[in-house]
Amino acid sequence: MTDTTEATETEATGSAAPSRRSLIGWGGAGLALGAAVAGGAVAMTRTGDDVDPAAAETGAAIGFHGAHQSGIATPVQDRLHFAAFDVKTDDRAEFVQMLKEWTAAARRMTAGHAIGEGAYGGLAEAAPDDTGEALGLKPSRLTLTIGFGPSLFEKFGLQDQRPEALVDLPKFPGDALEKARSNGDLCIQACADDPQVAVHAIRNLARIGFGKVAIRWSQLGFGKTSSTTPDAQTPRNLMGFKDGTRNIAGTEPDRLKKFVWVDGKDVDEKSAWMTGGSYLVARRIRMHIETWDRTPLQEQEDIFGRDKGEGAPVGRAKERDKPFLKAMKPDAHVRLAHPESNDGVTILRRGYSFTDGTDGLGRLEAGLFFLAYQRDVRKGFIPLQRRLSQSDALNEYIQHVSSAVFAVPPGVRDKDDWWGRALFSKEA
Amino acid sequence: MRAVRLSVVTAAATAAALTAVTGCTEKSTAKDGDAIQVTAADSKCTTSTKSVPAGQVTLKIENTGSKATEVEIVFPDDRIVSEKENIGPGTKYTLTAEVKAGDYEIACRPGMKGHGVRQKLTVTGGGKVAKRDPRLDKAVAAYRAYAQEQADETLPKVATFVKAVKDGDLEAAKKAYAPSRIGWERTEPVAESFGDIDPEVDVRADGLADGQKWTGWHKLEKSLWQDKKITAADKTLADQLVTDLTDWQKRVGKAVITPTSMANGAKELLDEVATGKVTGEEERYSHTDLVDFKANVEGAQKSYELLKPVAKENDAALVTELDKQFAALNTLLDKYRTDKNSYDFTSYDKVGKADRKELSDAVNALAEPLSKLAAAVVK
Repeated sequence: MTDTTEATETEATGSAAPSRRSLIGWGGAGLALGAAVAGGAVAMTRTGDDVDPAAAETGAAIGFHGAHQSGIATPVQDRLHFAAFDVKTDDRAEFVQMLKEWTAAARRMTAGHAIGEGAYGGLAEAAPDDTGEALGLKPSRLTLTIGFGPSLFEKFGLQDQRPEALVDLPKFPGDALEKARSNGDLCIQACADDPQVAVHAIRNLARIGFGKVAIRWSQLGFGKTSSTTPDAQTPRNLMGFKDGTRNIAGTEPDRLKKFVWVDGKDVDEKSAWMTGGSYLVARRIRMHIETWDRTPLQEQEDIFGRDKGEGAPVGRAKERDKPFLKAMKPDAHVRLAHPESNDGVTILRRGYSFTDGTDGLGRLEAGLFFLAYQRDVRKGFIPLQRRLSQSDALNEYIQHVSSAVFAVPPGVRDKDDWWGRALFSKEA
Repeated sequence: MRAVRLSVVTAAATAAALTAVTGCTEKSTAKDGDAIQVTAADSKCTTSTKSVPAGQVTLKIENTGSKATEVEIVFPDDRIVSEKENIGPGTKYTLTAEVKAGDYEIACRPGMKGHGVRQKLTVTGGGKVAKRDPRLDKAVAAYRAYAQEQADETLPKVATFVKAVKDGDLEAAKKAYAPSRIGWERTEPVAESFGDIDPEVDVRADGLADGQKWTGWHKLEKSLWQDKKITAADKTLADQLVTDLTDWQKRVGKAVITPTSMANGAKELLDEVATGKVTGEEERYSHTDLVDFKANVEGAQKSYELLKPVAKENDAALVTELDKQFAALNTLLDKYRTDKNSYDFTSYDKVGKADRKELSDAVNALAEPLSKLAAAVVK
C-alpha cells in the first residue's frame, strides 16, 4: 500500500493499451516471453526430466544460483504461495540437514523437475517422494526465496549473528495483528506464473520439513500488484488503482544496490553472512472492499492522489508524469508514501492481491499481501509505515492483520552451496 | 527407478527433444504375448499358462462371471504378492506385478469372499527362489497375535459398557465408553480390512449414507453425552455392538496381514489421528479423543517395533527418526494425563487451538517418516 513513485522524468508509455488479459492474465505469454528472453532461461516441462524446446517461449525456468536469491529483483510472477514456518527441533545439525535437503529440492523444482525419486514409478507400497501435481506443468518461472525470522536467532545459539538491522517491527497505529498468522522462524516465498507450481513447491518443502519445521501460517496471492519490470502499465490492486509506478526494477542495479541489497559495510564480522541479502517485510493487509466500493470516485482518487483511469498523479496527464505532491491532499496515499516526503526512503515491493473467499459475514475476505524488500528495515519500511499508519487517508479502508519480518540471506552460489550456509557453517 | 530417471536426465542434458515422453514407458516391458490370460467366472478360474519367467508378470484378467471378483497372486500360505479387488462382471483389468522366482497361486475370488478358486503358477528363472525374510514372517505372526489379543481383551470391556447402558446407568456407561474402544483403536486398520464391521460399530453421524441406520459406539456416545438419556433403542444397539465385535474377534486372526500392510497400517493409524482425533470430530460428544489418539499411536508403535529389526538394516536413519518422533509424540500426550499408566486424558474440548496445532505438528512429524516404513521393510 505504499507508493514509491520516484520523482524522475516521464517514461514513455506504449500508445496502444495492452489488453487486461495480456497484462494480468495468469501465465500470459507476454509476461513469460519477456522472462525467457531476459533470463536466457531453459524451458522444460515436468514430465519427469524431459526437455521441451518448444516450450521455451512460455513458462521458462529462472536460474536458482547467483549472488542474490531469485524472487526479489526477478520479474514478478503472477502467483504467490507464501509460508511461514516454526522450527520444531532443537538439534542444529538436523535443522542444517533440512536446509540442505530444501535447497536440493528447490534447485530441482525451480528447474521444473520432480523431487527425490519422483512422483511415480517407485515402490508401489511407498508414498512417492514428489506429490506429483506439478507433473506436466512448465517451470513457470518458479522462484523460491528463504528468509530467517528474528525468533530463529534465539534458537541454535545464533543471537550473536543476528544482524542489527533485523529489528522486530514496532506496533503501528491501527494494526490488528493476528498472532497465529504473524511472524515465524523462517519463511519461503514461492512465486510462479502457475498457482499449482507455487503450491506444489510449498507443499513439498513442508513435507520434507515435517518434524523439523511446521507451517505456522501461509498465504496465497494472485495478480501481482507491483512490478519489478518497467511494464507499459502498472498492475492494479483490488481497489482498482495503480500503485507503485516507479517501483525498483530488476534492471536498475544502482537502485538495487542503494536500497535493496545488504552491503558489506552494513554488517559487522558476525553478521557478514547477510552481505548480498536483503530484509523482507510481509504484511497481510485486509481491504474493506464493500465500503470502498461505495466511496465516490472523487474521494477514491483523492485518497490515492491518482486518477482511476490512467493512474496519473493529481493534476498530471499520464501515469508516469512526475507527481506534483502539493497538488494532492495532505493525507493522500501517494503524497505520504513518496520518497520526497520520506527523505528518499525507497523499498522494493512485490505484493500480491489475495481473496480467501468471504469472511462469514458475507464480506469479501480480500486485500493486499504486501511484500517489501529493503537494505535496512529501520530505514525502509518502518519510517514509511509509521507515517502512513498515522496519516494515510487510505487507513479507513484497510487494516494490517498479519505481520512478519525476515532476514533474507544472499543467493545460493552453486550446486555445493545451500540456503543459510554462511550463517550456519559458523561455529556458534 | 533411480537408474531410469538418471538416464532421462542425461537425455535432457544433450537437449534431446523428448516432447512425446509423458509416461515412464521403460516400465512396461511385458508384451501381450507374455501376459497370462485369466478368465474369472463364478466358479471357475482359468489361466493361459502355469509357468512364467521371473520379473514383470502381467495378468490380463476378464471377469466373465456375474459377481464382482478379486484376483490375486499369492504365496501358497496366502501371503499376497499383488491383487486387484472389485473387478466388475463383464469387465477387464490388467494387473502387473514384480514377481521373483518361486511357487505361487493365482486366486479368483468371486464375490470377493472366501478362499477362492485357484491355479498354480510357477515363476522360473535365475535359480533364485523368492526367499522370505523369516524375521518378517515372525513380525507378521506376532502382529496377528497382538490383533487377536486386543480383540480378546476388548470384549469384556465392551461387556461392561453394554451392561451399564442396559442398566440405564448413565454415569457408569460414560465411564466405560472410552476404555471399551482402546483395543479397537489400536488395531483399526485390521478391522477395517474386513469392510463390513467398521461401518456398523465405529461410524459417525456425518459418515452415514441417506437412509442408513446409525449404529455402534458413536450413536451411544451421543445418547450419553448429548441427549443425556438411554432409550430402549440404545439398549438394542448395545446388544448389536457386542454381536458385531464378537464377529470381529472371530475374524481378526484370519485377516490378510503382510509386512507392508503392517507398515502402512501404522501410518493409517496416524492418519486417523490427523483427520479425526486432532480436530475433535471423532469424539465430538464425549471429548475422549485423546484416549483414541493414544490407542492409535500405541497400535502404530506396535507394528513399527515388530518391523524395526528389518527396517533398521535397510534404513537406519529412518529408524532413528521414528524412534525420536514416537517418543516426542508420547511425551506430548503425557502432558494431557496425570498418571502415565492411566487412560484418563484431558477432555479434548479443554485443549486449546495452539495446543491442537502442536499435537497436529507432532502427528505430521511422525506420520511423514512412517509413510517410508513400508519401503524400508521390503527393500
